[in-house]
Amino acid sequence: MIKRSIFSNRILPYLLILPQVLVTLTFFYWPALQGLYQALMRSDPFGLHNRFIWFENFIDLFKDPLYLKSIAITLMFSAAVAAVSISFGLFIAAMANRALRCKAVIRTLLIWPYAVAPAISGILWLFLLHPSYGIVALAIKKWFGADWNPVLRGSDAMIMVIMASAWKQISYNFVFFMAGLQAVPHSLIEAAVMDGASPFRRFWAITFPLLSPTLFFVTVMNLIYSFFETFGVIHTVTQGGPGGATNILVYKVYQDGFIGLNLGSSSAQSIVLMSLIVVITLLQFKYVERKVHYAI
Amino acid sequence: MKKGKFVLIASVLIAVFAFSQAFAAPVEIHWWHAMRSARGEVVKKMVEEFNASQTKYVVIETNKGNYDETVNAGVAAIRANKQPHILQSFEVGTQTMMLSGAIYPVYQLMKDNGYDVDWSDYLQPVLSYYMDADGNLMSMPFNSSTPVMYYNVDLFKKAGLAPLSKEKPVTWEELGDMLKLIVDSGVPGGMVTAWQSWTQIENYSAIHNIPFASKANGYQGLDCELLINNDKVVGHITRLKDWMSDKRFFYGGQKYQGPKAEFIAQNAAVYIDSISGIAKLKKAVKDFTWDVAPLPVEAWMKEPQNSIIGGASNWVLKGHKKEEYAGVAAFLEFLATPAMQEYWHMETGYFPITKSAYRSLKAKGYYDKQPYQEVGIQQMTRRDPTEISRGLRLGYFIQIRNIINEELEMVWNDTKSPQAAMDDAVKRGNEQLRQFEKIYQ
Repeated sequence: MIKRSIFSNRILPYLLILPQVLVTLTFFYWPALQGLYQALMRSDPFGLHNRFIWFENFIDLFKDPLYLKSIAITLMFSAAVAAVSISFGLFIAAMANRALRCKAVIRTLLIWPYAVAPAISGILWLFLLHPSYGIVALAIKKWFGADWNPVLRGSDAMIMVIMASAWKQISYNFVFFMAGLQAVPHSLIEAAVMDGASPFRRFWAITFPLLSPTLFFVTVMNLIYSFFETFGVIHTVTQGGPGGATNILVYKVYQDGFIGLNLGSSSAQSIVLMSLIVVITLLQFKYVERKVHYAI
Repeated sequence: MKKGKFVLIASVLIAVFAFSQAFAAPVEIHWWHAMRSARGEVVKKMVEEFNASQTKYVVIETNKGNYDETVNAGVAAIRANKQPHILQSFEVGTQTMMLSGAIYPVYQLMKDNGYDVDWSDYLQPVLSYYMDADGNLMSMPFNSSTPVMYYNVDLFKKAGLAPLSKEKPVTWEELGDMLKLIVDSGVPGGMVTAWQSWTQIENYSAIHNIPFASKANGYQGLDCELLINNDKVVGHITRLKDWMSDKRFFYGGQKYQGPKAEFIAQNAAVYIDSISGIAKLKKAVKDFTWDVAPLPVEAWMKEPQNSIIGGASNWVLKGHKKEEYAGVAAFLEFLATPAMQEYWHMETGYFPITKSAYRSLKAKGYYDKQPYQEVGIQQMTRRDPTEISRGLRLGYFIQIRNIINEELEMVWNDTKSPQAAMDDAVKRGNEQLRQFEKIYQ
C-alpha cells in the first residue's frame, strides 16, 4: 500500500512548481523557440535586414555535401567516444572492484579526471600529441620513427580528439560502473564460484547482465556528452580541421554562427542537431531498453 | 536654531556639489576593443593620455575578449540598442560592418565635426582596405600589419647562404634553391607559413596584382565571384606541394602556433607570418639570430605591388548624441597624432597609420635601431595600391577563409590536387557569397 499525501488546496501544487516551470520556460523553451524562428529567417548579424524564408536554410544545409559529411563524422566520433570510454570505464571498474588494498585511494584517483573541463583536457592532450611541440609526439617520432601528424592528417586528428574526449569520460563511467558492481549480490557470485565458473564466465553471465541498467544509462549520457560537450576539445585541439575532418555538428554550429555570423544557417543546424539527439535517444529507449533488466 | 543652520549649510553644500557635478561631468565615450595583455596596456595608456589632455570628454575603454568575441558583443549590443560609440572589428568583418546600417562612416563623422583630415598623409594600403568604392573612409584603421618572411640567419650561413636583402625581395625560384641547400645541409625542413590563406593566397594575389575576386575584389558589388583558381595561384600552390616532397615546405597548422614553434625549434629556416610577430620572436628566440625580409615574388613580376594588411579598425556606431560624436571625432583625431602613432608602433609593432609618424620615426633614427620594423612598411608602401591590391571586400569572408584553409589542407594531405582544391574553394566560396548577397537584396 503506497502512502499518498493529498493536497486539499488546488492552487498550491501549481504555485509550488511555478519556479521550476518559469526557469524552464525562460532558459529552455524561449531560446529554443527563438532558435526555431531564427532558423526560418535570413538576416544580417545585427538584425537590421530580416527576411522570412521558410525552410530555405534547412534545404541549403541538406544540399551541402559537407554538412552531410559533418553528420557522418559526428556519428562516427560519438560512437567511438562512447565505445572507448564505456569499455575502458567498465574494465577499470571491474579491476578496481577486485583491488584488495588501498581501494579508496585507487577509486579517488580514477575519478579525478572527471573534474577536468573538456577544454583543459583538449589542451593537455595537445601538449602531449601536437607534432610540433607535443612531448609524446616528438618522442614517438624520435624513437619509433612513427609518422604521426594530426595537424596534417584527418585520421590522426580524429584519433587525437577521440582520445581527449574519451579520457575524462572514462572516469564518469567508472563511477557508475563501480556503483553498479557494488550492487551485484555476493551470493550469486559465490554460487557461481561453487559451480566452478571462471572469473570471465562469472562476469559475462552474472555481473554484466546485472549491470545493464547502468550500461544503458551511461550509453545515453555518453552519446549526449560526445554530441555537445566535446566542443571544448575540438575547439582547443583541431578547430574542426584538418580539411574539416573533425568538424562535428556542434562545432559547425559555433563556427557558422558565432565566428561566421551566419545566424540563420547556424540556428537551422542547431535545430537539426537537437532533433538528431532526440531521435537517437528515443531509439535507444525503444529498442535497447527492452534488453535492460532493472530488477535483480 | 542650531539645527536650522546645519540644514542650511548642508543644503547649500549639496546644491553646490550637484551643480559642479552637472557642469563638470564630462561626456562619456565608450570604446569596445579586442586588445589584450601587452597591447591592452598600450591601449589603456593612450586612453589615459587622451582623458588627461582635456576635460570635456572621458573615454572608457573595455576589452571584450578576442576579435570574434568583441564583434559578437557589438552585435548583441546593437540588437539591444546599447551599443558603444566605437567598436573595434577585424579586417575580415569589414563588409559585414559596412553594410550593417548600424555605422556612422568615419569620413562623414570627421567632416560633420569640422575636422579637415588630410587623408593623403595616411598609409594608402591601410586606408584603402577600409574605404568604400568611391574612396570614402568607412572606419578608422587602428592596428594594421602585413606578412613578411622571417629567416634563420645561422642556418642560412651554415648552408653557405648570404643574408637576404631587406628591400629587394627574392624570387620564389631563388627561395626554392636556397631551401634546397638548407635542407641538404641537414635542417629537418625548409619553410613554414602561418595563416596560409592570408599569406599564400590573399597576399600572393595582391603582390602579383592578380584579382582575388571579380568586381575589383568585391569593392564594386556584392555579386562578385572568387577567382583564386587561376593558373598563377594554382601554380604557387602546386610549387609548395612539390616542395613538400623534399621537405622544402611543410605544413605546421592554420594559425601561427605550430609554424612558429617549428621556426623556434630550428626545424624550419624560413617562416612567413605577420610583422607583428617580431615581438614574440624577440622574446622566444634565444639561441640563434634571425632576420626579416620581404615576401618572395615571382621572377616575372618586375614591379611587385604592395602587400595587404591584416588587423582591425575602429567603427563608429549610430544612435548617440551629437556632443558625444564630437568627442568621438576628437578621440579619433587624437589617436592619429604622430605622438600616439609612434608610441603605438614602437610598443606593439603594428604600423603607424600616417606617413608623418613614419617620417618622424625615421628622422629620429628608430629604424636604424630596429631595422626589422621597416621591412613591413616598405613592402606595403612600395607602390600605390591598384584596384586589385588595395584589399578584399567579401561577405562571409570568415567562412571563405575557412574554406580556403580546408581545401589547402586537403592539398597538403594528398586528398586533392591543387587545381581541384582551388576549384572547390571557388565553388564553395561562391555559394557563401551568394548567400550573403541575398541578405541585402
